[in-house]
Amino acid sequence: MSYLPKPKFRHPGLPKNKLGFTRRDYEGTVSTLCAGCGHDSISAAIVQACFELDLEPHRLAKLSGIGCSSKTPTYFLGQSHGFNSVHGRMPSVLTGANLANRELTYLGVSGDGDSASIGLGQFAHAIRRGVDMVYIVENNGVYGLTKGQFSATADAGSKSKWGADNNDSPIDMVALALQLGATYVARSFSGDKTQLVPLIKGALRHRGAAFIDCISPCVAFNNHAGSTKSFDYVREHNEAVNALDYMPTRSEITADYAEGTLEQVTQHDGSVLNLYKLASDYDVHDRIAAMTYLQKKNAEGEIATGLLYLDPNPKDLHGHLQTIDTPLNRLSEADLVPGATALEKFNAARR
Amino acid sequence: MQPTDISRPEYFHKVVDCQWACPAHTPVPEYIRLIAAGRYGDAYMVNWKSNVFPGILGRTCDRPCEPACRRGRVEAEPVAICRLKRVAADFKGDIKAQLPKPDAPKNGRRVALIGAGPASLTVVRDLVPLGYTCTVYDSDPKAGGMIRSQIPRFRLPEEVIDEEVGYITGLGNIELKLGQRVDSLKSLLAEGYDAIFVGSGAPRGRDLEIPGRKEAAKNIHIGIDWLSNVSFGHIDKIGKRVIVLGGGNTAMDCCRSSKRLGGETVTVVVRSGFEEMKASPWEKEDAQHEGIPIMNYLVPKAFLHDNGKLKGMSFEKVAARKDEKGRRELVPTGEPEVVIECDDVLVAIGQENSFPWIERDIGMEFDRWAMPKVDPKTMQSTIPNVFFGGDAAFGPKNIIWAVAHGHDAAISIDKFLNGEDLADRPPPGVNVASQKMGIHEWSYDNDISAALRNKVPWRDLGTTLKDIKVEVELGFDAKLGYAETQRCLNCDVQTVFSKSLCIECDACVDICPVDCITFTANGEEDDLRERLTQPARNKTQDLYLSDVLKTGRIMAKDEDVCLHCGLCAERCPTGAWDMQKFLIEMTHAGAACRSR
Ligand SMILES: Cc1cc2nc3c(=O)[nH]c(=O)nc-3n(C[C@H](O)[C@H](O)[C@H](O)COP(=O)(O)OP(=O)(O)OC[C@H]3O[C@@H](n4cnc5c(N)ncnc54)[C@H](O)[C@@H]3O)c2cc1C
Ligand SMILES: Cc1ncc(C[n+]2csc(CCOP(=O)(O)OP(=O)(O)O)c2C)c(N)n1
Ligand code: SF4
Ligand code: SF4
Ligand code: SF4
Ligand SMILES: [Mg+2]
Repeated sequence: MSYLPKPKFRHPGLPKNKLGFTRRDYEGTVSTLCAGCGHDSISAAIVQACFELDLEPHRLAKLSGIGCSSKTPTYFLGQSHGFNSVHGRMPSVLTGANLANRELTYLGVSGDGDSASIGLGQFAHAIRRGVDMVYIVENNGVYGLTKGQFSATADAGSKSKWGADNNDSPIDMVALALQLGATYVARSFSGDKTQLVPLIKGALRHRGAAFIDCISPCVAFNNHAGSTKSFDYVREHNEAVNALDYMPTRSEITADYAEGTLEQVTQHDGSVLNLYKLASDYDVHDRIAAMTYLQKKNAEGEIATGLLYLDPNPKDLHGHLQTIDTPLNRLSEADLVPGATALEKFNAARR
Repeated sequence: MQPTDISRPEYFHKVVDCQWACPAHTPVPEYIRLIAAGRYGDAYMVNWKSNVFPGILGRTCDRPCEPACRRGRVEAEPVAICRLKRVAADFKGDIKAQLPKPDAPKNGRRVALIGAGPASLTVVRDLVPLGYTCTVYDSDPKAGGMIRSQIPRFRLPEEVIDEEVGYITGLGNIELKLGQRVDSLKSLLAEGYDAIFVGSGAPRGRDLEIPGRKEAAKNIHIGIDWLSNVSFGHIDKIGKRVIVLGGGNTAMDCCRSSKRLGGETVTVVVRSGFEEMKASPWEKEDAQHEGIPIMNYLVPKAFLHDNGKLKGMSFEKVAARKDEKGRRELVPTGEPEVVIECDDVLVAIGQENSFPWIERDIGMEFDRWAMPKVDPKTMQSTIPNVFFGGDAAFGPKNIIWAVAHGHDAAISIDKFLNGEDLADRPPPGVNVASQKMGIHEWSYDNDISAALRNKVPWRDLGTTLKDIKVEVELGFDAKLGYAETQRCLNCDVQTVFSKSLCIECDACVDICPVDCITFTANGEEDDLRERLTQPARNKTQDLYLSDVLKTGRIMAKDEDVCLHCGLCAERCPTGAWDMQKFLIEMTHAGAACRSR
C-alpha cells in the first residue's frame, strides 16, 4: 500500500484522445491493494481501454460487490458513476440500473468469490437475461480480502500457500457464461495487457452480456508453487486461441495474412474486431464447439485464452422486454400515468 | 541493445542532470536536501568542496545546471538551484571549523600562479592543504580576478568576495604578490618553481574601429576597463545619456552600472536580434526591469562628434535573412540611418586573450588563434610544468568553468610532481545507500511539491538605482528557500533494478506517473525507443535496460522524466526496484586521488 498520492506530473508527450483527455484522466485514486496485485493491472487495462475508446467518463457506471477485486473501481475512472454493493449482489444492482437507464455503459467488476460463491445465482441470472454490460471477474482462485481461503474457482489438486490441498471441483466461469447465453465471452490474464486491453474494448462496445474471466494472481496468497493461478503457472499454460485488434471502424487490412487466419467481425455499433487465429480449428461463433474445446484444453491442463465466443448481433434484456428507447428514468409522470380515459379504454379492450 | 552497466559511475551520474551539467559536478540534490533539513552549514560545505565559491556563485553563476534540470522537463521551470546555493551561504553561520586546517606541513614544493582569479584560487585551495607553497601574482591590488574587478557590487557585494577569498588565503603557505604584473614567463620559469599555473583570464576588451573613434576617444570607453575602474573606485560618474554597445553579460553590467552613476537615458544597442543576444535571459530581464531599452538590428557606423566632443552615434538598420546556404546573415534594409545622441559610449562587444608576456621562444606552442596549446583534460601546456585554466585556457567562459579547470589543473600538478601519468584521471567517489527504511518509508522525502518556481525578491528600484553598492536581489528567506527545495526531484536517488527478483507483474509499469517503465522485447535502440509505453524521444537521456527476464522480455526504463518518486519501488511486490542514493563526488587533488 502506498501512502503517497500519485504525483500529478505526467509525461510531457502523453497523447490525448478525441475528448482531449489523457490516459491519466481516466485514473482513480491510488490503489490500496497489495503491491503487485494482478487486479491493479486489470484496472490499468480498463483505464487504457476507456481512454482509447474516447469514452466519456460520465456515461459509464462501474459496479462491484465485495472483495479486493470489488474494491478496484475506486482505482479507475474517478469521474464515472460507481456503486459498491453487498457481497455477491452486484449483478442485480447492475440489472436494476441498466433497466432504469439503458443509455449508460455498465461495467460490473467482481471476484471469483463474489461471483462463483455467494453471488453465483446473481451472476447466472444477469447473464441469462442478457443484461447489456461488461462483467469482469478478477479471478485469483482465493478470497484475497479475507486472507486467502480457496475460492470456488480454485482447481482441484492446487495447493494453498500453507500446503493444504483443494479437493473440491472448480467452477469454470467461462463454461457457465457460455452455457447461460453470454454473447461475448473471453478469458485473459492480468499479466498480458496486449491481449486484455482489446478484449475489454470489444466488450465495452458489445451490446449484450459480455463476460471476461481474467486470471489475476494474488501475490499475497496465491502466487506460490502448487498454485494454478500464479504468474509462473499461467504463463506456462496459457494458450491463446486468437489475438484481437479493436478498430473503431472497418478499414483496409494492409498486412498479409495466410488464408483463413484473419477474420473481421463488425459489431452492432460499426466497430470491427480483427481476429487473428492462433488455434486453426477454433471457430469463435460456434458456442457448442467452444464449450467442447475449452473442456478439452482444461483436461489437458492448459488455459485457453482470447475471445472464446462472439455473437455479433446479440439481443439484450431491453430487447427481450421490448422497452422503449427512452431510458425509463427519463419518463415523466405524464408518460407513466396516462390517465383515467386511457385506463378505461384499456380495460374495455380486456372485457 | 546491451543491458546497462550501472557499476560505471557515469551512468547514474548522468541521471543527475544538474550535477552532470555543472562543470564542477556539484552534488546539487544533496545540498538541496541539507537546506531542506535546515543544515545550511553542511549544505555550504558540500558546495565549498566542489565549487569553492558558493556565496559568489549563488549570486552570479551562469547556472548551466538549470536548463539541464529535470524539473524543467515535467513542468514549466527548473528548480532555482543557483539561488538555493545562496540560501546555504546566507544562513550557514560559522563554518570555519569545517575548513581544512591552516598551515599544513610543507611538502617542499613551490607553485607560482599568475592571476588571482577563481581558477588560480581553486588551484591554491586544492594544493595548499596538501603541503604545497603557492605564490600568487596579480596586477590588481586585490585578489579575486574578474569576480572583483568586473562583476558590479549591486550583483555581488564585496564582503562576500572578501569572505570567500579569505577562506583560501587563510589556509596559510600562500604568498600573495598583489599589484605585481608578470611581464615575462621566461624569467618566472627561471625562478625555479616546481610548477606554474597560468590563470590570467581574458583581459582585453575588443575595440570598435569606426570613424570618430580616435577623435572622440575621451568619452568612449572599453566596457571591461571601465567596469574595473568602477569596481576599484577610480570612476564614479558617467554622462546623462549613455549608449552601451553589445549584447553580452558585460553590456548588461555596463548599462546597469551607468544607470547608477548618473546615466539618465541609457540605451543598449545590438547588431543582431534581441533573441540572439549572448546575455543570459535573466540579465536581460534585470536590465529591462531597470528601465533600460534594448534596441536591436542596428550596426554602428560612426561616432559623431563636434571637434572631438562626442555627440552621438549613427547606425545602419539591418534585417536577418538566410543566404543560399541557409546561413543567417544581416543585410541593410536601406532605411535611413538611425542617430542616437549621447554623452558617453561603452563598448562591450567582446573579450579576448592576450599573452604579450609569454615569450615565443621558450618552448610553448601556440595555435592559429594565438592561443597556447592546452590539453583539455589535464590542462597541461607544451611546457610540461606549466598549466593553464579559466579564461586563459580556452577563451572567456565563466566562474564555474574556471573552478572546474582549477580542480583539474591541481590534480595534474600534484600528479606531475609525484611522477604519475597525468592522462590517468581519478574516478569520482561514489557512495551508494539504499533509502529503504520500512515497507513504504524512505530516508529521503519523496513527496515533491507541485508548486511553481519561487521568485527571488528584489529590493525596490528607488533604493537600488541610487547606490551602486546596494545589492538588488534580496535572496530567498528561510521559508521561501525551504519551499523551493521541495521542488527538487532528488534525481540522485536512483531506481535500481534487480532482474532476478522481478516476477513481471507490471505493478511498476502501472503506477509510474510518467510512464518510464516498459517490459518488452529487446531491439535496436531507435526501434526500442519508439516501442516504449511512452516513446523515448529525448535521446540525450539514456535508457536503463535489464538483461533478459523469464518471459524473454527485458525491462526498459527511460530516464528522461523519472520523478524519482519511488512509487515503482513501493509497488513492487518483490523489491526488484530499490531506491538508492548515489552520492557522486569528484575527486580533487591529493593522496585520495592518487591512491585510487
Ligand atoms: C563584466 C563581466 C561580468 C561577468 N559576470 C559573470 C557572472 O555573473 N558570472 C560568471 O560566472 N562569470 C562572469 N564573468 C566571467 C568571469 O568573471 C570570468 O570567466 C572568470 O572570472 C574567469 O576566471 P579566471 O580565474 O580565469 O580569470 P580572471 O577572473 O579573469 O582573473 C585573471 C586575473 O589575472 C590577472 N592577470 C592577468 N594577466 C596578468 C599578468 N600578466 N600578471 C599578473 N596578473 C595578471 C588579472 O588582473 C586578473 O585579476 C563576467 C565577466 C565580465 C567581464
Ligand atoms: C455477506 C458477506 N459474506 C462474507 C463476507 C466476507 N468476505 C469478504 S470478501 C470475501 C471474498 C472475496 O473474494 P473474491 O470475490 O474472490 O475477491 P478477492 O479479494 O479475491 O479479489 C468474503 C467471503 C462479506 N463481506 N459479506
Ligand atoms: S490480498 Fe491478494 S487480491 Fe487482495 S490486494 Fe493483496 S494481492 Fe491483491
Ligand atoms: S521513481 Fe519509479 S515510479 Fe517514480 S517516476 Fe521514476 S520510474 Fe516512475
Ligand atoms: S513491480 Fe517489481 S516484480 Fe513487478 S514487474 Fe515491476 S519490477 Fe517486476
Ligand atoms: Mg478472489
